[in-house]
Amino acid sequence: MRAVDALMECLKAEGVEVVFGLPGGANLPTYDAFVDAGIRHILVRHEAGGGHAAEGYAKATGKVGVAFATSGPGATNLVTPICDAMMDSVPVVFITGQVRTELLGTDGFQEADTIGITMPVVKHSFMIQNPLEIPRAIHEAFHIASTGRPGPVLVDIPQDLSRAEITYEPVTDVRLPGYQPTVDGNQKQIRQAAKALAASQRPVIYAGGGVVNANASAELVELAGCDRFPVTCTLMGLGAFPARVGGEGVEGAGVSGAGADGIPNPQWLGMLGMHGTRAANYAMDEADLICAVGARFDDRITGKLSEFAPHAKFIHIDVDPAEISKNVPAHIPIVGDARNVLAKLAIEYRALGADPARLGEWWSRIDGWREQYPLKYEDSTDAEIKPQYMIQALYEATGGEAIVSSDVGQHQMWTAQYYDFPAPRRWINSGGLGTMGFGLPAAMGAAVGCPDRLVCCVAGDGSVQMNAQELATCAQDQIPIKVFIMNNGYLGMVRQWQELFWDGRYSHVDMGKFPDFVKLAEAYGATGMRFEDKHTLVEDIKRAIATEGPVVVDVRVTREENTYPMIPAGQAAREMVG
Amino acid sequence: MGEPATKAPLSLAELEASGNLRTGRKHVLSILVENKSGVLTRIAGLFARRGFNIDTLTVGPTDDERVSRVTLTVDGALHPIDQVTKQLHKLINVLKIRDLDPGDTVSRELAMFKVSADGPQRGELMQITEIFRGKVVDVTKRSIVVEITGTTEKIQAFEDMVRPFGLIEMMRTGEIAIARGRSET
Repeated sequence: MRAVDALMECLKAEGVEVVFGLPGGANLPTYDAFVDAGIRHILVRHEAGGGHAAEGYAKATGKVGVAFATSGPGATNLVTPICDAMMDSVPVVFITGQVRTELLGTDGFQEADTIGITMPVVKHSFMIQNPLEIPRAIHEAFHIASTGRPGPVLVDIPQDLSRAEITYEPVTDVRLPGYQPTVDGNQKQIRQAAKALAASQRPVIYAGGGVVNANASAELVELAGCDRFPVTCTLMGLGAFPARVGGEGVEGAGVSGAGADGIPNPQWLGMLGMHGTRAANYAMDEADLICAVGARFDDRITGKLSEFAPHAKFIHIDVDPAEISKNVPAHIPIVGDARNVLAKLAIEYRALGADPARLGEWWSRIDGWREQYPLKYEDSTDAEIKPQYMIQALYEATGGEAIVSSDVGQHQMWTAQYYDFPAPRRWINSGGLGTMGFGLPAAMGAAVGCPDRLVCCVAGDGSVQMNAQELATCAQDQIPIKVFIMNNGYLGMVRQWQELFWDGRYSHVDMGKFPDFVKLAEAYGATGMRFEDKHTLVEDIKRAIATEGPVVVDVRVTREENTYPMIPAGQAAREMVG
Repeated sequence: MGEPATKAPLSLAELEASGNLRTGRKHVLSILVENKSGVLTRIAGLFARRGFNIDTLTVGPTDDERVSRVTLTVDGALHPIDQVTKQLHKLINVLKIRDLDPGDTVSRELAMFKVSADGPQRGELMQITEIFRGKVVDVTKRSIVVEITGTTEKIQAFEDMVRPFGLIEMMRTGEIAIARGRSET
């Protein structure tokens, strides 16, 4: 069969349900193979949309996302999603067409050095030089993308090689002698960690996206429950530890009072970091032991590194050895899969029979902060919608049960602060790279992956325009995402920084009243709505959710509202403002 | 958002304080890699984007044709070696890395020096070459070419000696190294 038909067989063998892509000259053979392959393909309007959709699919389902593009501009349009997937450890396989081998290196039409351009931002890449390599490369790509610390893998296939006739033999093994991720944590180290936890007076568990990737939520809850350990999550880890407990948790779209009927999880400190809660950041600041799981001590978490958690010893659990002691030296490093290590750590800890009463003083300190510094904002006295209230209303209207994606900026931080995620894989955003334009296509991918679940996108009026073209895809394929644009007419986060740190000299942040998002939605074949009254907002949102097909809502919010609290960049947790 | 938050410029001291875990000595890393296209680019690219500086780099075949050896030297005073090796390990085509212990390693470098050697200077130059166990491999009226092998320090010493004669051109291969005794490199 043709190499491209073998490629399709490989995708099926890997259990691929859907591919996001856009055809072009160099991948014409691949697209010809799609006609008979029986794999769902979603025709995106821009390759970046396809890449982010594959990321959203992967984040929501835990499976490997797949995106296709042609050579040259098709491939370069994928660079942002590839880099995004690298920064946030998202398992995605990108398959690009390349010019014919005889044209390679001649600056042929639509030729770009895709392998070279993407090399710094892939977990690995394969340049196909012989059509017989294709099946093995595809399977190894899936293996590398989904194991260890997940990440993007690219396979670049020259057009002539993809047309070649080959004998397809299913590949059932991988031959990667240089790639053997450590899964099992070292038992001795785990025992050390358990002892350190048992001896600590002021412990904090600091969990990141690695817990979500490893599907280790239950194990995290188990460990935290061993001794009422306080838990905080990074932006990427939200949902790994339930923000609320005890609710009915009724599944389904728009059922009011589902997850929202629970009570705040008493062990949950909220998100930490630049826009985290004071309770979380102060707890890190005063902790004597920090147990980091699948988190990488990003600068948005640590602030000023030399003053980060000055009293703490660190247990650092990560599947990627290079993360350990990269930014903060670990006292007890444990390389391994978070699920594996957390489960063992809980067993070891229980065996020690530590006295839970020792944490009493620590909890009264934390409770003091929670009481004194809850997340707060000044509500409007009229009908004006405060952006924070918009998220609370969305939470109420969805019962806390939606998958929520976001773009990047103030709206992202407010969503992280005010939408109490009850479970992992519900919160889909671009953390490491901070990619504006991520939210809408990622929601589209999540909705394709989870057709039974309500998928909302909280977008910024700036961000949403960077990939709004995918509304056409949603309309054509009837992908029923509900996009709520937090519209303040500004590039809000940049405006906030200019206000706070650059003497209020606004420079190119005012987006005006353009475009008319209702008309834009309608032009794309989606339903457009505009909400401006806070008194009816919850009901209005429910109405939007109940509307069939893709819906875009222009929610007019306070123009100049700042995201607080905040640790100014490069400062210590103690110096939180707002 | 760019750093820092304020308009105050970053001081050099602050930048230096942000580093960590320096060993303070030269490290010779012996890296076995799969002999696949682009491997060297991946290694070089990794060093570039992580801000690590390669002092010398050599690549060559091993006894196994599927495997190549990269020997590179890095200044442990400038870079956290631990991070360098861990990041290298993340490259799928990297099979094995050894940070060679200088006390237990034999290392050599090959160098060629083209030195101006007019009449009277020539004899002295030949003597120095002999002391360093070098070989004269080419002679012209105005210059000679000397080939010399040895440790990096020896070659450095030779360079210091001949430079006053008028060093026209110099080439060095960079260091290769192998562990002593039976242990596998």
